[in-house]
Amino acid sequence: MKEFRNMAFPYVIWIAVMIVAPMLLILLYAFTTAGNDVTTFHFTLENFTRFFSDMVFLEVLRRSLFIAIITTVICIVLGYPIAYIIANSQIKHQVRLILMITIPTWINMLVRTYAWMGILQDNGLVNQILGFFGIGHVTLLYTDFAVILGMVYNFIPFMILQIHASLTKMDKSYLEAASDLGADKVQSFLKITLPLSLPGVISGITLVFLPAVSSFFIPKLLGGGQYVLIGNVIESQFLTSGDWNFGSAISVIMAIIIMFSMYLTKKVDKDESAKGGDTV
Amino acid sequence: MKQKRIFSKLVLLLTGLFFYLPILYIIVFSFNDGRSLTKFEGFSLRWYDKMFSDSSMMEALGYTILIACIATVVSTIVGTLTAIGLSRSRKIMRSLVMQINDLPVLNPEIVTAIGLLMFFSSLGISKGLGTLILAHIMFCIPYVILSVTPKLRSLDPNLADAALDLGATPFQALMQVIVPQITPGILSGALIAFTMSFDDFIISYFVTGNGISNISIIVYTMSKRINPSINALSTVVILLITIALILINIIPIIQEKKKGRNAK
Repeated sequence: MKEFRNMAFPYVIWIAVMIVAPMLLILLYAFTTAGNDVTTFHFTLENFTRFFSDMVFLEVLRRSLFIAIITTVICIVLGYPIAYIIANSQIKHQVRLILMITIPTWINMLVRTYAWMGILQDNGLVNQILGFFGIGHVTLLYTDFAVILGMVYNFIPFMILQIHASLTKMDKSYLEAASDLGADKVQSFLKITLPLSLPGVISGITLVFLPAVSSFFIPKLLGGGQYVLIGNVIESQFLTSGDWNFGSAISVIMAIIIMFSMYLTKKVDKDESAKGGDTV
Repeated sequence: MKQKRIFSKLVLLLTGLFFYLPILYIIVFSFNDGRSLTKFEGFSLRWYDKMFSDSSMMEALGYTILIACIATVVSTIVGTLTAIGLSRSRKIMRSLVMQINDLPVLNPEIVTAIGLLMFFSSLGISKGLGTLILAHIMFCIPYVILSVTPKLRSLDPNLADAALDLGATPFQALMQVIVPQITPGILSGALIAFTMSFDDFIISYFVTGNGISNISIIVYTMSKRINPSINALSTVVILLITIALILINIIPIIQEKKKGRNAK
């Protein structure tokens, strides 16, 4: 059994250097002031107080959360029926349909987001179609709508795939039992299918909310240069203004928000299933 | 019942349209004669011509392929060896490594990116091709490990031990007993690594320097102005990834067929 064991050692060193050390650096920078070198650390919370005392940054944070939550809700509302329909189609179609959902996710996100710029432009495809129906020009590009559309487009496949996976794992005999006991379609959906697919929805939320709240190129391409979300603030701290301490602090704040929302969704999931257990 | 089926078909049709419209749009407009991204003015290959004579685009394409190939080879070898090693390590060790291994997969990409940026800078490593390759290897290995590990779990550990007892060297046991049985996992890991590296934007954007760009960075910087050669470049990218995807989906089918034939 012990043979081959030490083949994992190089990677242990690698992750210590390439994964753990950079994470520790972020924490170190977040809690120190600018210009310190290795010998004179000066720990401070200044970077955090600066963020929370500036209305501009708080507004950016509020908007990032708003956009990410709206995106997640839309992904659930649209993604659930799609996943449900796929899960209820014939097996041989299912493989093809899942492939149809997966393939776009493998194609460069930036390229696919860039494509929407052309479609949403003032005289782009959407406006041409609207014009055909006699609806006048609508400004779409560089709006909240465009940013949310871009995020839903990029992230909804993850939601569909997670919900589909949990729906196909479900034991179909529960549904038969329910209908034998006289439940109608709506009842058995609400009492059986929905609760059992909840874990899929939860992991879907994680996979959508996390990239949505930290995204920075979707808002830049589809929201325009003036459109700033928290990801853009982090980007500019590192690549334009060079304030690594403040940038690190913002990414720590973002990471805490993400962890907190993960915890919250997991808790809701647990409470829900506990409740379900009581009524059954 | 029939109405319901038509409704389902309609939903799926709209879903397909939503997913593929932007991709088709790019491909169609890469053959547009005019500069416009909204009006098709006739078929032409001029943007492809322009793309092939644009040295920065060709360089980016070359770097993207070079980085993806190196990252794929290195991460596949290291990832596979690590997964095998971990499958025989103590449980504490294994779960610790797997948890850290998950970090780049679960973390927002921008956090991984700034961590690496600061890490390279504090070590005084100048940003460029070297840092790009290191970063790509770093985020590719976890995917290889994640796709090889399940295959190892279904493997009989006694087989390798039997080979060793019968006088095989550890290297022989590795190459002739273990690796052949987990080849599907290794191959799919390699292809995932290739596409992850090929498509990467965020991490590359932060750790690059010295004027070195990959395709995503070029698209990002050029998209601020209208430049239809981006469409041509994007079409080439879509084509390359589609080929990789077809390989991913066809290789298991061919292997299954081979297995079936051998069994007969």
